[in-house]
Amino acid sequence: MSRLSRGAEALLPPRGRRSRLGVGATLIVGGGIVAVIAILAVISLVWTPFDVGEINAAERLATPSTRHWLGTDKFGRDVVSLLMVGSRTTLLVGLVSVGVAAVVGVPLGILSAMVPKWWGEVVMRANDLLLAFPALLLAIMLTAVHGQGVVTAMIAIGISTIPSFARVVRSGAIGVMKTEYVLAARAAGRRPVAIAARHVLPNVGSLVIVQASVSFAIAVLAEAALSYLGLGAPPGTPSWGRMLQEGQELLFVAPRLELYPGVAIALAVLGFNLLGDGLRDRFDPRLEDRR
Amino acid sequence: MTTAPERTAYPPPGMPPADVVRVRDLAVVVGDKPLLVDVDLTVRRGERVGLIGESGSGKSLTALAIMGLLPEELHPSGSVVVTGQGPAGGERVTSVLEAGEPGLAAMRGRDVAMVFQEPMTALNPTMRVGAQVAEIMTIHGTVADRGAAAARAVDLLDKVGLPDPADAARAYPHQLSGGQRQRVVVAMALANDPALLICDEPTTALDVTVQALVLDLIVRGVQARDAGLLFITHDLAVVASVCERVLVMYGGRVVEAGPVLDVFTRPRHRYTRGLIGASDLDLTRPDGGLYTIQGSVPAAGRFPAGCVFRNRCTHATTTCETVPEWDGPGPEDGFACWHPVVHRG
Repeated sequence: MSRLSRGAEALLPPRGRRSRLGVGATLIVGGGIVAVIAILAVISLVWTPFDVGEINAAERLATPSTRHWLGTDKFGRDVVSLLMVGSRTTLLVGLVSVGVAAVVGVPLGILSAMVPKWWGEVVMRANDLLLAFPALLLAIMLTAVHGQGVVTAMIAIGISTIPSFARVVRSGAIGVMKTEYVLAARAAGRRPVAIAARHVLPNVGSLVIVQASVSFAIAVLAEAALSYLGLGAPPGTPSWGRMLQEGQELLFVAPRLELYPGVAIALAVLGFNLLGDGLRDRFDPRLEDRR
Repeated sequence: MTTAPERTAYPPPGMPPADVVRVRDLAVVVGDKPLLVDVDLTVRRGERVGLIGESGSGKSLTALAIMGLLPEELHPSGSVVVTGQGPAGGERVTSVLEAGEPGLAAMRGRDVAMVFQEPMTALNPTMRVGAQVAEIMTIHGTVADRGAAAARAVDLLDKVGLPDPADAARAYPHQLSGGQRQRVVVAMALANDPALLICDEPTTALDVTVQALVLDLIVRGVQARDAGLLFITHDLAVVASVCERVLVMYGGRVVEAGPVLDVFTRPRHRYTRGLIGASDLDLTRPDGGLYTIQGSVPAAGRFPAGCVFRNRCTHATTTCETVPEWDGPGPEDGFACWHPVVHRG
């Protein structure tokens, strides 16, 4: 695309969602969903409609009403409040696990692109090995050693997300290493560490942001799965996955107790995926310009 | 009929200035394919040397070998010695092929600087250009501190003729035009007053109107610093206007060398002759077409044995199956051809 003159480019059909609106619709919708979840999580720190720690036998399994908008669960806890507090767990697990994955995966990807080819291959094969290792198995192992908990879940999800970061960053970094400005930086006597930090990292930044957003969606799903299996949030810590698990026995009595957290998880995953797609659309043209 | 005029004596009599780079018997191989063979090249202080030839003849590879920037799978041999200014005002001599990475990093950008072809990609798109110019100086400690580097960066941008240099320093590369970016690249290359400036087709990607300005900038830059210039191009007109001496490369070998005027007006190697004929657009064949060199440059390692040019040369004979001897007073003046062009008056 970038090889064409501006005139020729204007003759080509418009490129998808991005072409009309300045910012893609996917970016707005995805960003909106993520923002709502984040705002609810922040509000839950200071206020929720009801206290989620309080068990109220008198109001067990209440149907939605003006008092409890989405009803109550089998312990009489307000579902809206549970969802709000649960979003905190979701976001925390997502943030920390993606953070762990990025902090390890990004340098690994850059390193594997900068060391001699042979070493890069070794790093990537080790990466493949980790990729082939199921996150769930890792979580079960870590739980067996360290006990059930949010931290264990975060680390397990984080470790299993490292390979995808390393791979995406490596492919981007290999492209950057071939550019003339990196050659020029080397010709100017720049040391490899400085080239990595000042030239490679900023130019794969957009890839990292997109990957973080997509990985966040996967982490949300993984956290829900682990909590559902009892490998994540312990009893007493509200989490969407836990809500699914606790509502399971009442599936035919009160299916809404499965529906609400299920919808919340689906929305969060959708939101982060759309955000990732939107960001990719937003960054892509600039990536092309750099070639 | 008059006799041919005497060739200009080279090197000129008297004490020659110090070498800034001396390349001897440089060979580069990848696997068992030779990419460069027996390349001899010297650039002295204040001297402007051109390196010409078609794409794929080994010009850029020679430049990368001087910088010690050959890709890891290429293996050089021979000797490349760069002499620059040491930190205390003395000389710093770097044997590029033997030196370790720290020694090379100290040399690159300080003793030898390089300007690349594509101004569009030669600057980091995520850094302000002023910071990129300043960085070159802070790496090598040629300025007192970051503040001084930033001030000198603006000064350099002013010297290369960027309007509003202070504003330009804060701009990102995509905010500048191709010509402006190449000026920034030249400013970066000259920032540390290198002893040798290598330019690899610095004006090929630029508008013709901008080309002359950038060339002028480069020539004035090296003259002001009494630096050597190694100028790589396939534009013979540019070489004629910029350089004093020229080396013609083909198939990874230097096939002819000499003062620009002599080589261009009285080429001896058949390849040089073809190259000059092909670039003269006023010269036409009897059928009205332009002169060309038949065939195309073979892929690396696929050049014929003996004279590398013989499969494209109209004068080739069986003699050409052996490598022609270098014929001339020294590596800076001579040619390697069994059937050279004979010049009569």
